[in-house]
Amino acid sequence: MNNPTFYDRPAAYLILAAALLAIGILGFVRRRTLIGMLISGEVIFAAASVNFMALNRFYSPDPVAGQVVVLFIMGLAAAEVAVGLSIIIAVYRNYRSIRSKDVSEMNG
Amino acid sequence: MNEIPGTTFLLNVVFAVSLLATVGGAIIAVLSQRIIRGVCGLALCFIGLAGVYYFLHAPFLALMQILIYVGAVCITIIFAVMLAEPDEAVSDQSSASSKVWAALALIACVALGWGVASLALGGSWTVPAQPLANDGSLRAMGIALLTTYSMAFEVISLVLLVAVLGALAVAHGGRVRS
Repeated sequence: MNNPTFYDRPAAYLILAAALLAIGILGFVRRRTLIGMLISGEVIFAAASVNFMALNRFYSPDPVAGQVVVLFIMGLAAAEVAVGLSIIIAVYRNYRSIRSKDVSEMNG
Repeated sequence: MNEIPGTTFLLNVVFAVSLLATVGGAIIAVLSQRIIRGVCGLALCFIGLAGVYYFLHAPFLALMQILIYVGAVCITIIFAVMLAEPDEAVSDQSSASSKVWAALALIACVALGWGVASLALGGSWTVPAQPLANDGSLRAMGIALLTTYSMAFEVISLVLLVAVLGALAVAHGGRVRS
Protein backbone atom coordinates (compact mmCIF):
# COMPACT_ATOMS: atom_id res chain seq x y z
CA MET A 1 0.00 0.00 0.00
CA ASN A 2 2.61 2.56 -1.03
CA ASN A 3 0.10 4.70 -2.79
CA PRO A 4 0.85 8.42 -2.55
CA THR A 5 -2.82 9.38 -2.52
CA PHE A 6 -4.50 9.81 0.80
CA TYR A 7 -7.89 8.44 -0.26
CA ASP A 8 -6.65 5.15 -1.71
CA ARG A 9 -5.46 3.74 1.57
CA PRO A 10 -7.77 1.75 3.85
CA ALA A 11 -6.37 3.27 7.05
CA ALA A 12 -8.28 6.55 6.63
CA TYR A 13 -11.59 4.72 6.25
CA LEU A 14 -10.97 2.31 9.12
CA ILE A 15 -10.00 5.15 11.48
CA LEU A 16 -13.09 7.09 10.34
CA ALA A 17 -15.29 4.10 11.15
CA ALA A 18 -13.72 3.70 14.60
CA ALA A 19 -14.14 7.43 15.31
CA LEU A 20 -17.79 7.34 14.24
CA LEU A 21 -18.40 4.32 16.47
CA ALA A 22 -16.81 6.04 19.47
CA ILE A 23 -18.75 9.28 18.85
CA GLY A 24 -22.01 7.38 18.47
CA ILE A 25 -21.53 5.39 21.66
CA LEU A 26 -20.56 8.56 23.53
CA GLY A 27 -23.78 10.18 22.39
CA PHE A 28 -25.79 7.09 23.22
CA VAL A 29 -24.47 7.22 26.78
CA ARG A 30 -24.72 10.99 27.24
CA ARG A 31 -28.03 11.86 25.60
CA ARG A 32 -30.97 12.18 27.95
CA THR A 33 -33.80 12.18 25.43
CA LEU A 34 -35.03 9.34 23.28
CA ILE A 35 -34.63 11.28 20.01
CA GLY A 36 -31.02 12.09 20.90
CA MET A 37 -30.34 8.42 21.50
CA LEU A 38 -31.94 7.59 18.15
CA ILE A 39 -29.64 10.10 16.40
CA SER A 40 -26.61 8.55 18.11
CA GLY A 41 -27.79 5.15 16.93
CA GLU A 42 -27.81 6.46 13.37
CA VAL A 43 -24.16 7.52 13.78
CA ILE A 44 -23.31 3.99 14.94
CA PHE A 45 -25.09 2.58 11.86
CA ALA A 46 -22.98 4.91 9.71
CA ALA A 47 -19.82 3.57 11.36
CA ALA A 48 -20.83 0.01 10.51
CA SER A 49 -21.57 0.99 6.91
CA VAL A 50 -18.20 2.69 6.45
CA ASN A 51 -16.43 -0.34 7.86
CA PHE A 52 -18.26 -2.70 5.50
CA MET A 53 -17.56 -0.51 2.50
CA ALA A 54 -13.87 0.02 3.34
CA LEU A 55 -13.13 -3.67 3.87
CA ASN A 56 -15.11 -4.53 0.76
CA ARG A 57 -13.34 -1.97 -1.39
CA PHE A 58 -9.82 -2.94 -0.41
CA TYR A 59 -9.87 -6.57 0.67
CA SER A 60 -12.77 -8.34 -1.01
CA PRO A 61 -12.74 -10.07 -4.40
CA ASP A 62 -16.44 -9.23 -4.90
CA PRO A 63 -17.04 -5.45 -5.16
CA VAL A 64 -20.81 -5.87 -5.03
CA ALA A 65 -21.16 -7.63 -1.66
CA GLY A 66 -20.34 -4.62 0.51
CA GLN A 67 -22.62 -2.32 -1.45
CA VAL A 68 -25.51 -4.78 -1.06
CA VAL A 69 -24.84 -5.10 2.67
CA VAL A 70 -24.78 -1.30 3.07
CA LEU A 71 -28.05 -1.06 1.15
CA PHE A 72 -29.58 -3.57 3.58
CA ILE A 73 -28.21 -1.56 6.52
CA MET A 74 -29.88 1.53 5.05
CA GLY A 75 -33.19 -0.32 4.80
CA LEU A 76 -32.92 -1.60 8.36
CA ALA A 77 -31.99 1.86 9.64
CA ALA A 78 -35.01 3.37 7.88
CA ALA A 79 -37.28 0.74 9.44
CA GLU A 80 -35.68 1.34 12.84
CA VAL A 81 -36.23 5.07 12.59
CA ALA A 82 -39.87 4.64 11.55
CA VAL A 83 -40.69 2.29 14.41
CA GLY A 84 -38.57 4.16 16.94
CA LEU A 85 -40.11 7.54 16.16
CA SER A 86 -43.64 6.16 16.33
CA ILE A 87 -42.81 4.66 19.73
CA ILE A 88 -41.37 8.03 20.81
CA ILE A 89 -44.55 9.81 19.69
CA ALA A 90 -46.68 7.29 21.59
CA VAL A 91 -44.49 7.72 24.70
CA TYR A 92 -44.81 11.49 24.42
CA ARG A 93 -48.59 11.23 24.22
CA ASN A 94 -48.76 9.14 27.38
CA TYR A 95 -46.00 10.72 29.50
CA ARG A 96 -45.84 14.30 28.12
CA SER A 97 -42.06 13.87 28.04
CA ILE A 98 -39.47 11.94 26.07
CA ARG A 99 -36.64 12.20 28.56
CA SER A 100 -35.35 8.73 29.21
CA LYS A 101 -35.40 9.38 32.98
CA ASP A 102 -39.15 9.92 33.02
CA VAL A 103 -40.06 6.74 31.18
CA SER A 104 -39.36 4.48 34.13
CA GLU A 105 -42.67 2.81 34.94
CA MET A 106 -41.16 -0.66 34.78
CA ASN A 107 -38.12 0.37 36.83
CA GLY A 108 -37.87 -2.01 39.76
CA MET B 1 -4.34 9.06 -14.17
CA ASN B 2 -2.98 12.59 -13.79
CA GLU B 3 -3.58 14.39 -17.04
CA ILE B 4 -4.25 17.66 -15.30
CA PRO B 5 -1.54 18.71 -12.83
CA GLY B 6 -2.76 18.96 -9.28
CA THR B 7 -5.60 16.49 -9.66
CA THR B 8 -4.28 14.33 -6.83
CA PHE B 9 -3.97 17.32 -4.54
CA LEU B 10 -7.49 18.42 -5.39
CA LEU B 11 -8.87 14.94 -4.74
CA ASN B 12 -7.04 14.84 -1.42
CA VAL B 13 -8.59 18.16 -0.47
CA VAL B 14 -12.09 16.96 -1.39
CA PHE B 15 -11.54 13.77 0.57
CA ALA B 16 -10.34 15.70 3.61
CA VAL B 17 -13.41 17.94 3.40
CA SER B 18 -15.63 14.84 3.32
CA LEU B 19 -13.86 13.35 6.34
CA LEU B 20 -14.12 16.64 8.24
CA ALA B 21 -17.82 16.99 7.42
CA THR B 22 -18.48 13.43 8.55
CA VAL B 23 -16.64 13.62 11.86
CA GLY B 24 -17.65 17.21 12.60
CA GLY B 25 -21.27 16.52 11.78
CA ALA B 26 -21.26 13.46 14.01
CA ILE B 27 -19.78 15.46 16.89
CA ILE B 28 -22.42 18.18 16.42
CA ALA B 29 -25.14 15.53 16.24
CA VAL B 30 -24.02 13.96 19.48
CA LEU B 31 -22.98 16.90 21.65
CA SER B 32 -25.22 19.85 20.74
CA GLN B 33 -27.57 21.12 23.40
CA ARG B 34 -30.61 21.54 21.18
CA ILE B 35 -31.88 18.50 19.34
CA ILE B 36 -32.69 20.37 16.13
CA ARG B 37 -29.02 21.35 15.79
CA GLY B 38 -28.18 17.73 16.36
CA VAL B 39 -30.39 16.76 13.44
CA CYS B 40 -28.65 19.31 11.23
CA GLY B 41 -25.30 17.90 12.32
CA LEU B 42 -26.56 14.44 11.44
CA ALA B 43 -27.50 15.66 7.95
CA LEU B 44 -24.01 17.18 7.55
CA CYS B 45 -22.47 13.90 8.71
CA PHE B 46 -24.47 11.93 6.13
CA ILE B 47 -23.57 14.31 3.30
CA GLY B 48 -19.90 13.90 4.18
CA LEU B 49 -20.43 10.16 4.31
CA ALA B 50 -21.84 10.27 0.79
CA GLY B 51 -18.55 11.82 -0.33
CA VAL B 52 -16.64 9.06 1.44
CA TYR B 53 -18.75 6.45 -0.37
CA TYR B 54 -17.92 8.15 -3.65
CA PHE B 55 -14.23 7.73 -2.91
CA LEU B 56 -14.90 4.07 -2.09
CA HIS B 57 -16.05 3.50 -5.71
CA ALA B 58 -19.74 3.36 -4.83
CA PRO B 59 -21.50 6.35 -6.42
CA PHE B 60 -24.87 4.61 -6.24
CA LEU B 61 -24.49 4.28 -2.48
CA ALA B 62 -23.58 7.97 -2.24
CA LEU B 63 -26.81 8.81 -4.04
CA MET B 64 -28.82 6.47 -1.84
CA GLN B 65 -27.15 7.89 1.27
CA ILE B 66 -28.33 11.40 0.45
CA LEU B 67 -31.74 10.22 -0.74
CA ILE B 68 -32.58 7.94 2.18
CA TYR B 69 -30.73 9.44 5.12
CA VAL B 70 -30.77 13.18 4.43
CA GLY B 71 -34.05 13.13 2.53
CA ALA B 72 -36.06 10.69 4.60
CA VAL B 73 -34.51 9.88 7.95
CA CYS B 74 -33.52 13.43 8.93
CA ILE B 75 -36.87 14.82 7.80
CA THR B 76 -38.70 12.16 9.82
CA ILE B 77 -36.64 13.01 12.90
CA ILE B 78 -37.45 16.70 12.38
CA PHE B 79 -41.15 15.81 12.28
CA ALA B 80 -40.77 13.97 15.58
CA VAL B 81 -38.89 16.95 17.04
CA MET B 82 -41.80 19.18 16.06
CA LEU B 83 -44.39 16.80 17.55
CA ALA B 84 -42.56 16.28 20.83
CA GLU B 85 -40.45 18.74 22.81
CA PRO B 86 -37.12 17.05 23.09
CA ASP B 87 -34.85 19.83 24.32
CA GLU B 88 -32.67 18.72 27.16
CA ALA B 89 -32.95 20.61 30.42
CA VAL B 90 -29.88 22.64 31.28
CA SER B 91 -30.34 22.34 35.02
CA ASP B 92 -29.27 18.75 35.52
CA GLN B 93 -26.10 19.34 33.52
CA SER B 94 -24.29 21.44 36.09
CA SER B 95 -23.69 19.20 39.08
CA ALA B 96 -20.18 17.98 39.76
CA SER B 97 -20.97 14.27 39.65
CA SER B 98 -22.52 14.56 36.20
CA LYS B 99 -19.33 16.26 34.98
CA VAL B 100 -17.30 13.39 36.39
CA TRP B 101 -19.53 10.89 34.62
CA ALA B 102 -19.27 12.88 31.38
CA ALA B 103 -15.47 12.84 31.62
CA LEU B 104 -15.52 9.10 32.35
CA ALA B 105 -17.78 8.45 29.36
CA LEU B 106 -15.50 10.55 27.15
CA ILE B 107 -12.40 8.67 28.29
CA ALA B 108 -14.10 5.30 27.82
CA CYS B 109 -15.29 6.19 24.31
CA VAL B 110 -11.89 7.54 23.27
CA ALA B 111 -10.32 4.31 24.54
CA LEU B 112 -12.92 2.31 22.64
CA GLY B 113 -12.31 4.21 19.42
CA TRP B 114 -8.55 3.88 19.83
CA GLY B 115 -8.86 0.15 20.49
CA VAL B 116 -11.12 -0.49 17.52
CA ALA B 117 -8.90 1.59 15.23
CA SER B 118 -5.73 -0.18 16.33
CA LEU B 119 -7.44 -3.57 15.95
CA ALA B 120 -8.60 -2.66 12.44
CA LEU B 121 -5.21 -1.28 11.42
CA GLY B 122 -3.24 -4.13 12.96
CA GLY B 123 -5.39 -6.87 11.46
CA SER B 124 -3.75 -9.17 8.95
CA TRP B 125 -6.01 -8.40 6.03
CA THR B 126 -5.07 -10.05 2.76
CA VAL B 127 -5.46 -8.24 -0.51
CA PRO B 128 -7.17 -10.58 -3.00
CA ALA B 129 -4.84 -11.66 -5.75
CA GLN B 130 -7.39 -13.09 -8.13
CA PRO B 131 -9.29 -10.82 -10.50
CA LEU B 132 -12.45 -9.27 -9.17
CA ALA B 133 -15.70 -11.14 -9.64
CA ASN B 134 -17.43 -8.16 -11.29
CA ASP B 135 -16.93 -4.47 -11.87
CA GLY B 136 -19.06 -3.27 -8.98
CA SER B 137 -21.35 -1.27 -11.23
CA LEU B 138 -25.03 -0.67 -10.68
CA ARG B 139 -25.86 -3.38 -13.21
CA ALA B 140 -23.74 -5.95 -11.38
CA MET B 141 -25.37 -4.90 -8.13
CA GLY B 142 -28.85 -5.36 -9.54
CA ILE B 143 -27.94 -8.82 -10.83
CA ALA B 144 -26.49 -9.75 -7.42
CA LEU B 145 -29.58 -8.44 -5.62
CA LEU B 146 -31.89 -10.58 -7.71
CA THR B 147 -29.75 -13.74 -7.78
CA THR B 148 -27.31 -14.18 -4.88
CA TYR B 149 -29.09 -11.98 -2.36
CA SER B 150 -32.68 -12.52 -3.48
CA MET B 151 -33.69 -14.13 -0.18
CA ALA B 152 -32.28 -11.27 1.89
CA PHE B 153 -33.93 -8.84 -0.54
CA GLU B 154 -37.34 -10.43 0.04
CA VAL B 155 -36.83 -10.55 3.80
CA ILE B 156 -35.87 -6.89 4.00
CA SER B 157 -38.93 -5.93 1.97
CA LEU B 158 -40.99 -7.86 4.53
CA VAL B 159 -39.16 -6.06 7.36
CA LEU B 160 -39.97 -2.69 5.83
CA LEU B 161 -43.63 -3.65 5.36
CA VAL B 162 -43.93 -4.81 8.98
CA ALA B 163 -42.11 -1.68 10.18
CA VAL B 164 -44.54 0.61 8.36
CA LEU B 165 -47.55 -1.31 9.67
CA GLY B 166 -46.10 -1.38 13.19
CA ALA B 167 -45.32 2.33 13.14
CA LEU B 168 -48.88 3.10 12.04
CA ALA B 169 -50.34 0.78 14.68
CA VAL B 170 -48.20 2.16 17.54
CA ALA B 171 -48.79 5.82 16.70
CA HIS B 172 -52.51 5.27 16.10
CA GLY B 173 -52.94 3.27 19.31
CA GLY B 174 -51.38 6.07 21.31
CA ARG B 175 -53.83 8.52 19.77
CA VAL B 176 -56.85 6.39 20.66
CA ARG B 177 -55.78 5.91 24.25
CA SER B 178 -55.22 9.52 25.21
